[in-house]
Amino acid sequence: MRETATGTTRERVAFLLPAALLLAAVVAVPILRVVSLSFERVELDGRAVTSWTGLSAYGRLWVDSRWWAALRNTAVFTGASTLLDTVLGVAIALVLHRRFRGRGALRAAVLIPWALPTSVMALAWAWIFNDSFGVANDLLARLGLIGRPVAWLGEPRTAMAAMIVAEVWKTTPFVALIVLAGLQGIPEEILEAARVDGLGASARLRKIVLPLLVPSILVAAAFRAVQAYGAFDIVYVMTGGGPGGATETVSLYAFQNYFRYLDFGYGSAIATQTTIFAALLAWIVIRLARPDGKEGEAR
Amino acid sequence: MKRAAFAVAAGAVVAWSLAPAAWQLATALKPDSEITAAPTVYLPHPPTLRHFAALAKRKPLGRYLLNSFEASAAATLVAVGAGLLAASALARMSGRRRRRVLFGLLLLVSFPPILLLFPLYEAARALGGVNHPLALVIPYAALALPLAIWILESAYRQIPREIGEAAVLDGLSPLQRLVRIELPLALPSVVTAGILVFIACWNEFLLALTFLTRDESKTITAGIASVGGSSIYEIPWGQLSAAVVVATAPLIVLVFLFERRIAGGLTRGAVKG
Repeated sequence: MRETATGTTRERVAFLLPAALLLAAVVAVPILRVVSLSFERVELDGRAVTSWTGLSAYGRLWVDSRWWAALRNTAVFTGASTLLDTVLGVAIALVLHRRFRGRGALRAAVLIPWALPTSVMALAWAWIFNDSFGVANDLLARLGLIGRPVAWLGEPRTAMAAMIVAEVWKTTPFVALIVLAGLQGIPEEILEAARVDGLGASARLRKIVLPLLVPSILVAAAFRAVQAYGAFDIVYVMTGGGPGGATETVSLYAFQNYFRYLDFGYGSAIATQTTIFAALLAWIVIRLARPDGKEGEAR
Repeated sequence: MKRAAFAVAAGAVVAWSLAPAAWQLATALKPDSEITAAPTVYLPHPPTLRHFAALAKRKPLGRYLLNSFEASAAATLVAVGAGLLAASALARMSGRRRRRVLFGLLLLVSFPPILLLFPLYEAARALGGVNHPLALVIPYAALALPLAIWILESAYRQIPREIGEAAVLDGLSPLQRLVRIELPLALPSVVTAGILVFIACWNEFLLALTFLTRDESKTITAGIASVGGSSIYEIPWGQLSAAVVVATAPLIVLVFLFERRIAGGLTRGAVKG
């Protein structure tokens, strides 16, 4: 028990207690419960009858083509939206970095998509991509890019594409802000020296700015990948996983097992397996967040 | 010339960011005939509030908003309160242990929300919390807690340690020190944490969808997901757009009021540490 002028161990434990209790009740205990449920089979025969099935639910995953399809959909959705997020996010950050009048208003406008509820804006995007009255078809036709209206949400490929557009719209601001913070951390002198050496604007961007931004870009992309991987709201509202399961993600498949098929054991196995993959992604996030294992060492 | 290119880029960014929400507003204000007109009619002529009225008659919109506000505000108080205490203790820990805890918290927020859904639903049902918006408070507070702690902890570490030590020498208890000395100094970050937590709770959908099945108890996100028509062929797009406008307007106001804080808090939570 080390006593210092600013507090004892006991005081620290007391201060950490409310947070620890909250996280234990809402995160730790439920995780134990969902993992143990994944080893069980629950049958609703008047009342819930539980039997131990060991790892058989995970064996079932292995041969469940719908699960593999959901995993593939999730991977496509995660990969494409993270990539587009990153490219657009860097571009927007470069615009936001410039000093000009009205910069605050521009930054507020950029933040809007991030602040709006995904589930609600998924409805907005479903309306934009509506096959008969949607504005997407009208705009694309006016630009001469499509000959006749596209049934965006009615075809597997276009439904996935529409969902990715909606997701990218919503999440790019996050990437843009992180990259912007990275931009603001680049010392002015470096750029000035490059200018003196005769490097033009685009050469400065390619040879100096972008390489220095790599850590911020990686952190932002990794965060985004982890979030996109758990996507539920946008899929549930915008396509319901359709058409024909073409946009069903692993989270939605788990949800359907819980609340549609009432197969709680299998739903838990899907949720657990999904999380194991997410943990791998998260591990990458953490490696990227502190590549040297250090931070500004205080005290 | 370069100026012009920049203006075009900035204009494109604004258009891309605002267009989907603006389009909902335009749709919500159009008479039905213009919503389904071909070619597409862009501006409502004349604008009408008919869809808002029809929606308000069909769905308890005020109730949804109130439920969302109650659950989010209560969860924000709990999360920021617990976060203040935890961050104060964390800021005093040695560097290695503090980092371990902070990264553990980061790991928690990267779990897919579906993982916790079913056990939380079971618990809510067992405790009689189904259809009670306040049953969302504890899960919401806990799920937003890591974000709050990240923001508050980095604010505490900016406070010179001598100030805390002086407070102890003056005979203040740890809690008094937190409330009288640290809280005022960290107030801007407390506000930032509060705003970000509130927005996250307001936008939550998965738990709200599962916990709340009765119309009067739904939050705005869960309520709006149920606005559809009796069949897929008669989706009331005007009313849906009106619903989207109602659900998003408070957030748009919040963003324009607190743009600087939100941007600062988001990057601090993600980059520092």
